[in-house]
Amino acid sequence: MQIARVIGDVVATRKDAQLNGIKLMLLQPLTPAREPAGRPLVAVDAVGAGVGEEVFFVRGKEASFPFYPGAEPPVDAGIVGIIDHWDLG
Amino acid sequence: MLLAKIVGTVVATRKDPRLVSNKLLVARPVDPRGKAEGGYLVAVDTVDAGVGETVLIVSGSSARMASGMKDCPVDAAIVGIIDAVEIDESEGKS
Repeated sequence: MQIARVIGDVVATRKDAQLNGIKLMLLQPLTPAREPAGRPLVAVDAVGAGVGEEVFFVRGKEASFPFYPGAEPPVDAGIVGIIDHWDLG
Repeated sequence: MLLAKIVGTVVATRKDPRLVSNKLLVARPVDPRGKAEGGYLVAVDTVDAGVGETVLIVSGSSARMASGMKDCPVDAAIVGIIDAVEIDESEGKS
């Protein structure tokens, strides 16, 4: 998993039917110093994250697992946790 | 997933049989503000996208989960057409 900040969201009306009802968020991965690390990406939201929050997300097919059973959305990045607090010892 | 702009089409007569009747498009990744970045890629289209549109592309094995792509040899699929991108201007890089 990687740490990122939610910096926005994406709206798509015409999309794969399995994506209906799933929120699409814009993530900016972060370094330990909370600086941007690499390019922003789009991830689905399985936990109700909001803009400005720090989250961790999974890459790959695993991003679809939180939506099983019921839907098998074609996604390759998904938010699976909202971070309350993190620091490096 | 990636945001990308459709910049062209690909026609291939000889190809894997599982790719027959699938539309292939050339896409170029863009940042959330629409600026092109990085190289070009070929993606299979599952939502009837067209040249000039901004789309959502899913990569890797997840591309096979797109509608009608089960067991197809693809690693990038267009799964949505983007209407709007909203960025919190106080967040992320400029």
